[in-house]
Formats: sequence, C-alpha cells, structure tokens
Amino acid sequence: MTQGGAGEIVQFDNVGLRYGTDREVLTDVSFTLFPGSFYFLTGASGAGKTSLLKLLYLAQRPSRGMIRLFGTDAITLPRDRLPAFRRRLGVVFQDFRLVSHLSAFDNVALPLRVAGMPQKELEKPVSDMLDWVGLADRMHSRPATLSGGEQQRVAIARAVIGRPDLLVADEPTGNVDPDMALKLLRLFEALNRLGTTVVVATHDVHLLRKVPESLIMRLDKGKLADPTGALRYPPRREAPPT
Amino acid sequence: MSGRRRLARWGALGPAELIPQARLSGPMPWVIAIMIALTVIAAAAGLALRNAAHTAKAELSGGITVQIVEPAAESRARQAEAAARRLAALPGVSGVRIVPPEELDRLVSPWLGPEASDADAVPVPALIDARVGGAVTPARLAELRRGLRDVAPSARVDAQSSWLAPVFGAIGSLQWLAVALIALLGVATSAAVLLAARTALGSNRETIEIVHLLGGTDAQIARIFQRSIGLDAAVGGATGLALGAAAILLLARQLAGLGAGLATGGSLGWLDWLVLALVPVAGVGVAMLTARLTVIRALRKML
Repeated sequence: MTQGGAGEIVQFDNVGLRYGTDREVLTDVSFTLFPGSFYFLTGASGAGKTSLLKLLYLAQRPSRGMIRLFGTDAITLPRDRLPAFRRRLGVVFQDFRLVSHLSAFDNVALPLRVAGMPQKELEKPVSDMLDWVGLADRMHSRPATLSGGEQQRVAIARAVIGRPDLLVADEPTGNVDPDMALKLLRLFEALNRLGTTVVVATHDVHLLRKVPESLIMRLDKGKLADPTGALRYPPRREAPPT
Repeated sequence: MSGRRRLARWGALGPAELIPQARLSGPMPWVIAIMIALTVIAAAAGLALRNAAHTAKAELSGGITVQIVEPAAESRARQAEAAARRLAALPGVSGVRIVPPEELDRLVSPWLGPEASDADAVPVPALIDARVGGAVTPARLAELRRGLRDVAPSARVDAQSSWLAPVFGAIGSLQWLAVALIALLGVATSAAVLLAARTALGSNRETIEIVHLLGGTDAQIARIFQRSIGLDAAVGGATGLALGAAAILLLARQLAGLGAGLATGGSLGWLDWLVLALVPVAGVGVAMLTARLTVIRALRKML
C-alpha cells in the first residue's frame, strides 16, 4: 500500500502506459514527489522518459494504475477541471512547441494571457524573463528566425514565467552551450528554492552533478529503478517557505 | 503567479494573433458574402410580394362588380341604370359607377379588336363598379343579388377580390418559397462555416494543443475561433448586403418602368429595408454559433 496523503504533489502508484495494443512503455511505475524537491529523470532513449513526463503534465492518461496530482485523483479528473491543474504546471517540451507565428515575447506571455493577466501587467515580467535568458534583443523575433538554443530558451522562459508548482522539463539543455545550460539550471534551482517541484529529464550526466541535493529517477525499459523504495516512499520533507 | 488564478478571458492576445487570419484573401468572407446577398434578395422578394398582395387586397377589398349580361343593348342599358339606382339606395353601398361604354371598349379591344365597339357585332356586358362597407362575404353577395333580381334579372354580382384569388394564392406560394430559400441558405451558410471551422481547427491543431497544455479552456479556444469567424462573417455580411441591395435597387428600377399595378405595389418600405439590413446580422450570429458549437465538439475529443 502506498504511503502518503497530504503533502505530496505527485503520487504514481503502479502506473502502466501502452499506446494502442503495443507493449507497455511504462510498467508498474510508482513514486512520490513532495513540494520543493528536485529530480532528474534519466534513462536510455526509448526508456519511457517522455511518456512519463506526458503523464505528469496531463497530456496523456495512463492505461492502468493511480496518479494523484496536487492531492487529487488525476485519472478520474473531469476534463473541465484539467485547465486549472495545467496552469499549476510548467512544461519544457523536447521539441519546444513554440507557436510559430507568435514572437518570442508573445510565446513567453502565452501562459499569463491564458490565465487572464492584463497586457499592462505582463509586459515587465515577460521582458525581464527574456532578458534573463539572454533574448532581450530577440523578443520580437519569430521562432523560425531563432537558433535551436534560442528557441529552447524561449520554451524554458514560457515554462517558468508563471512560477509553476511543478516544472517538468524534457531535455531542457540539449541545444544550449554549457554556460547557458548551467545558467538555466540555476534558474530551475532558484524556482525550486521558491517551492517549485522540478523534474528534469536529461541524458547529460554532467548536469546531474550540478545539483547535489537532487534525486535521480532512472527509467530502464519502462520500469523505474527504485531498489531502496526511496522514490516510492520518500522521507517527508518540509516545504521551503515561499 | 499562482496557477490557481481564476479562469479568465484572454487578455490582449486577440484571436488574430493566436490564429493567423486569411481575411479577404481566404474564401470564407466571399462565401458568406454570396450567401448573404442571395438571402437578402430572397428576403426582398418575399417582402415585395407580401407588399404587392397587401396593396392589391387593400384596393380590392369592398369592391364589387355587377355585370349585366343581356344581348339586347336597350334592355342592357335599362337594367344597368336600374341596377345602379337600386345599388345606390342600398345601405352600406357607395361609389356606384356605371363603367362608360368607351372605357369598356378600351378594355376589351386588345382581345376583340376595334370591332368590339360595334355593339351589334359583339355584345359586351354592361359593368357597374361599387364599394360596400365591410368584407364582401358570400352572404353579402347573395343579399345584393336578391336586391337586384327584380330590377335587373340579368345582373351577375361578383367580389373584385375573387378575380385575383388565384394570383393571391400564387403570391402566397412564392412567399413560402422565399422563406424556404432563406432557410436553405441559412443551412448552407452554417455548413460552410462548419467546414471552415474544421479546416481552421485542423490547420491550427498544434497551437490549440499548446494552449490546452498551458491551461487554456475549451471556452477560451472556442471564443478565439468564434471571433475569428465572426469577423469573416461581418466582412462577408456587409459585402453581401451591399451586393444584394444593389441587385434589388436595379430590379426595382426596371419594375418601376413597367408601371404595372402589382409591380409598383410591391415596393419596399423603410421597415423592409431594416429587415434586410438585419440579414447579415443574423448571418454573423449563425456563423458564430456554428463555429462555437463545432469547435467545442471537436475540442471535447481532445484530452
């Protein structure tokens, strides 16, 4: 039986996922994330990292098992309640998924506009965020005119602009140089210190060493390696003050 | 920002920004313009027919015609005089007038030729025009016939409106045809909008998925499409109204040249023009509603 209850931000219990009638891409995945924790999700290509992240950011429903998100059963969550949950999430997609005909500014502003923030209020935070990721001079450029690294930074800025409760990033530093990768990681850490739970999927083993207090979730052929049960039954952590 | 912020409307991000617009370069405004123009013309035809029928009915209501069908000219004239006097003396009867023989000759000469004026060659009945107060019912006609029987045994009394009864029947059918055309055009407009909304959904699927994953609601996304198609419909509607109005005015000018009673009676009043001006407004409403329902239904299939 799964421990926990109040406090955990994400709880997976024996989750399985298959697409159509194929074999399961995720099998019996169980873990618990508490507020303010920092996780790296690793594994070989095809291990199921992106599928696991899709379940986390509510783009996919599992084939079996139980998922609780922010204390609510995410499996039986009615469709009309999904947007409110998604607004508590920040997602960096592996393929960036920027809106091609919007400028970098408008792409980053999108989550704030979806949440109903007036134009006057969002201009400064969006400009500041673009400045922080080094794209102040490209804020009016469309994604097609940006390099891969610049697009990735826009995607990250869009994911973090709303100060999400849970940040999910799929290979967020794959297209940037080491200095920028470190800078972006510091941004994730800063958010984490403010209470955001961070899950970063990465191949980059060097990145894992940059955040000493992080925990590692390793997927192997759709199964989560958890020999000590620390992922399924983690020690309780106090959420840092926000 | 807290993710628990209330689900609110879009801020400054207008629909034109999130969904690229084709506007006049795309087919949608032109399809709507054609539909609205045809609807305006059909509605104008229906209104003109209604007006023509009303005018004719107003002119003919209360009118009766007495024919003295008598081959002997002398007897015919005598009976006509007597019938006119009797009619004028009856309560509720006014405007009694024996139609002069010259006027009768003029009326029948297109069919009978100039010989029609020769009373011995073709005996034309004598005609009396009169108006009675109130509706000309069969009972009233029977009463008038009884009143004339002793002074003019050859008299035939008819309500003038009965001559045009088949015309009124045809006008009624044409009016229903116009209503059916308007309904069909409404359905065709909805179908065109439905296809346009589905196409727009398909070509913007990636954007919609992103907005969904960022917490956008179905209502927010539907509102963007609704506004976008509403704008197209407004542009198309205004163009269609202008085209339809131009066609109506052109046709009205040509019909006015005919000088025929029914055609001139079918002119449009300001209230009719107001109704026609409301056609594009209704078109925009139908387009926006169709777009909303189509998009909401499609979005419900997505997670």
